[in-house]
Amino acid sequence: MLETFFPLGLCNYAFGGLLVGIGISIPFIATGLVVGISSFYTVVWSYVHKGWFFQTNWYIQSRGWKWFLVGGIVSGGVVYLSLYGSTIITTIPWWRLLLGGILVGVGARMSGGCTSGHAICGLASLEKVSLVATVTFLATAIAVALFTSKVLVW
Amino acid sequence: MVKLTMYIGGMIFGFGLAFSGATKPEIVLSFLRLEDLGLILVIGVALLVTLFTYQLVPRLLRKPPYGESFDGHDGFPVTSRTIVGAILFGMGWGIAGICPATSLASVGTGNWPLLYAIAGMFIGTFIYGSIRSRQLPTHK
Repeated sequence: MLETFFPLGLCNYAFGGLLVGIGISIPFIATGLVVGISSFYTVVWSYVHKGWFFQTNWYIQSRGWKWFLVGGIVSGGVVYLSLYGSTIITTIPWWRLLLGGILVGVGARMSGGCTSGHAICGLASLEKVSLVATVTFLATAIAVALFTSKVLVW
Repeated sequence: MVKLTMYIGGMIFGFGLAFSGATKPEIVLSFLRLEDLGLILVIGVALLVTLFTYQLVPRLLRKPPYGESFDGHDGFPVTSRTIVGAILFGMGWGIAGICPATSLASVGTGNWPLLYAIAGMFIGTFIYGSIRSRQLPTHK
């Protein structure tokens, strides 16, 4: 039964999730700040694009620490690589990664968050908007993934 | 101190994503195809820990040691943008198996093609922000 739904076991997933939760909790306990990741991409554009959307207070105020948060996330991946040393390079074609990235970029900004922003931080803050967004993007993603794999056979 | 905290928190976050396998689009897609439900554990356990912190810590501490106050419930309204945005986000997630945080950690593990996804997210963010900037500002 368990092997049917979790062919790779439970431990790595649960322990990884625990670390993700701790990593999000530490900045909150110390600084009171909620750390979604998708806004980083807007923060970077805020240096060059002077439109009001990019110059919103929140993006400007979080400029200082967002780089450190993202630097930490990339470093976490590097630490994993140095400990376990096994890099698996994805075989998903570049155009799918690029297209998926564009849709994720537009969608995260339009709905106000991503997997960490809505599904973890937003739900943990008991935000109704995050519940609506999470249910919607999860259902859409499952439908799209099933369609592309079973019907289009990507 | 804020920056150091962010870096350490981010590092644990990124390491956790890599350890769980969420940095691999193949793992994410196998979850979305309902072949391996492991990713729900990653999100679920992370959510439980964060829920515990967000709800309990502001009741125990009057203010954070290195900040003014605890960010609380913002109460952003649900609009048509929430729904349409989440649908577009879900399409991208389902097509590529990537999201904003996992792509960054994934590049750290040496999974370099995820740079295409990161480039895509920069393009998408730019497109949406440019269009919105031509309209009148709203509440945010």
